Amino acid sequence: MTNAIKLVALALVAIFAAIAANYARDLAYMVNMLVVMLAASVTFIYTLRKTDEDRDLRDLSGEYMDGVVRYGVIATAFWGVVGFLAGVFIAFQLAFPVLNFDWAQGYLNFGRLRPLHTSAVIFAFGGNALIATSFYVVQRTSAARLWGGGLGWFVFWGYNLFIVMAALSYVLGGSQSKEYAEPEWYVDLWLTIVWVAYLAVFLGTIIKRKEPHIYVANWFYLSFIVTIAMLHVVNNLVIPVSIFGGKSVQVMAGVQDAMTQWWYGHNAVGFFLTAGFLGMMYYFIPKRAEKPVYSYKLSIIHFWALIFLYIWAGPHHLHYTALPDWASTLGMVFSIILWMPSWGGMINGLMTLSGAWDKLRTDPVIRMMVIAVGFYGMSTFEGPMMSIRAVNSLSHYTDWTIGHVHSGALGWNGMITFGALYYLVPKLWNRKEVYSLSMVSWHFWLATIGIVLYAASMWVTGIMEGLMWREVDANGFLVNSFADTVAAKFPMYVVRGLGGVMYLAGAIVMCLNLWLTVKKQPAEKTVHGLVPAE
Amino acid sequence: MDIYSILRQFADSWMLLALFLFFVGVVLWVFRPGARKTYEDTANIPLRNEDRPARDVKTDTSEPAFAGKDL
Repeated sequence: MTNAIKLVALALVAIFAAIAANYARDLAYMVNMLVVMLAASVTFIYTLRKTDEDRDLRDLSGEYMDGVVRYGVIATAFWGVVGFLAGVFIAFQLAFPVLNFDWAQGYLNFGRLRPLHTSAVIFAFGGNALIATSFYVVQRTSAARLWGGGLGWFVFWGYNLFIVMAALSYVLGGSQSKEYAEPEWYVDLWLTIVWVAYLAVFLGTIIKRKEPHIYVANWFYLSFIVTIAMLHVVNNLVIPVSIFGGKSVQVMAGVQDAMTQWWYGHNAVGFFLTAGFLGMMYYFIPKRAEKPVYSYKLSIIHFWALIFLYIWAGPHHLHYTALPDWASTLGMVFSIILWMPSWGGMINGLMTLSGAWDKLRTDPVIRMMVIAVGFYGMSTFEGPMMSIRAVNSLSHYTDWTIGHVHSGALGWNGMITFGALYYLVPKLWNRKEVYSLSMVSWHFWLATIGIVLYAASMWVTGIMEGLMWREVDANGFLVNSFADTVAAKFPMYVVRGLGGVMYLAGAIVMCLNLWLTVKKQPAEKTVHGLVPAE
Repeated sequence: MDIYSILRQFADSWMLLALFLFFVGVVLWVFRPGARKTYEDTANIPLRNEDRPARDVKTDTSEPAFAGKDL
């Protein structure tokens, strides 16, 4: 019966998507509707083939639901490589403009690929990592199977459909031009549906938990899911021009729109890239170190201080704009106060290793997690400093900002995710350990040196360009033209590109290592004495 | 007064005070007597139940209801 309803719904979606593709007013919308039609058709056939077959009536409540986590881990590794590759390519496009090929103008030039890169690393790589690890962690720390049955699978496939639609949009020119919120209204609506399902699965599992308390990692994950839902809905309040096209009119305009955008943008950093990944830190570091977190009290204060302060920090993106001074001062002050919870959390993560510091020497996976926390501390020191108005007048609009973002994204988000993947793959595929720890070491050094090259070159070029822009001669005339700064930045752009190549190479080594872990390592006996099928 | 001014005044007076007191309350709550024992137990959550969900205390734990195949 439920399958019959599903089949009718999927058929209707496929037909309406075909009609919408026919009437499409722009290319991105048409291609995306064809993707929706294809996805609905494939799901239709899949559902049809299962209909009227014997249903699996076994009681699964005594097992964790790890299939969806395995898929999530694979998607994370895949999108990571795609995102890093896009980043390396656009880095070289900036150094060598000839790479904006004439034959690909309007599709593969820097302006089209840049949002593809940011979305691929933040939402595809980071988002899949967050969904997969949160499903893994919430089950273990609640001692309960994932709530919602197949809903977890809907979240995984639905989220990745969102990624594909967003990526196709950018290349084909469908973008509402809001940073980190580029997808058009119909893609946003789809993400909203998926996100509500995600919240339901996560919350449902917490509600049916067997542990009396909710472990702190789940607090961080939950705040990430709830806040992203709120930010996403408010920042994407638009009125579509036509239901058959991507273009829409924003509800808010002018400085209100700018403020809403950076309230969204900074809290995407604060809750997507910080709170969610702190959830990973609070689970995977204690697991890998085989010790509970250094101070549970500190972790609670860390949580509340972080969410109370982060939400106000957005206006520091709008210094010296039409935003009222009081608002940008507020953003600046809260950014600086954020030093305390950020460093409290960093200390908590690092000190978890006290009494087990020797693991740093012997276990490259824990080394990866520790350097991630180190980069978290560094970039949360740098960020508040850059939010101070006087510093911002030099750093804003320069490559210093790009360097700052990447020390956070590559160093903190990337490294903690790699650490989690190295931990998860042997667990999920029931292997004793990853295929090669020395390959993990190679990955560690490639990635670390890559980040150092990236961040150092961006500091140099950012500060240089900031100083060149403000340099005036004795008569008060600007000394440098914009093109002068572009020319001066060339060597640093090449170094940045090389740093990116090293980081990408490290990620490829990781994928190979994880693949060999599953293929070559012998399977361990499970607690039930059985080897799970792959 | 227009709605902006009302909200603005409310936000930087009563709401600010309420949020601040909530936060101070959280900090005091964390250091309440007897918290150490509770938090020791909570901090150890990740170190148990790694392979399968916890059983209800009453049920028989000799054999899992289901094992193997893709979960």
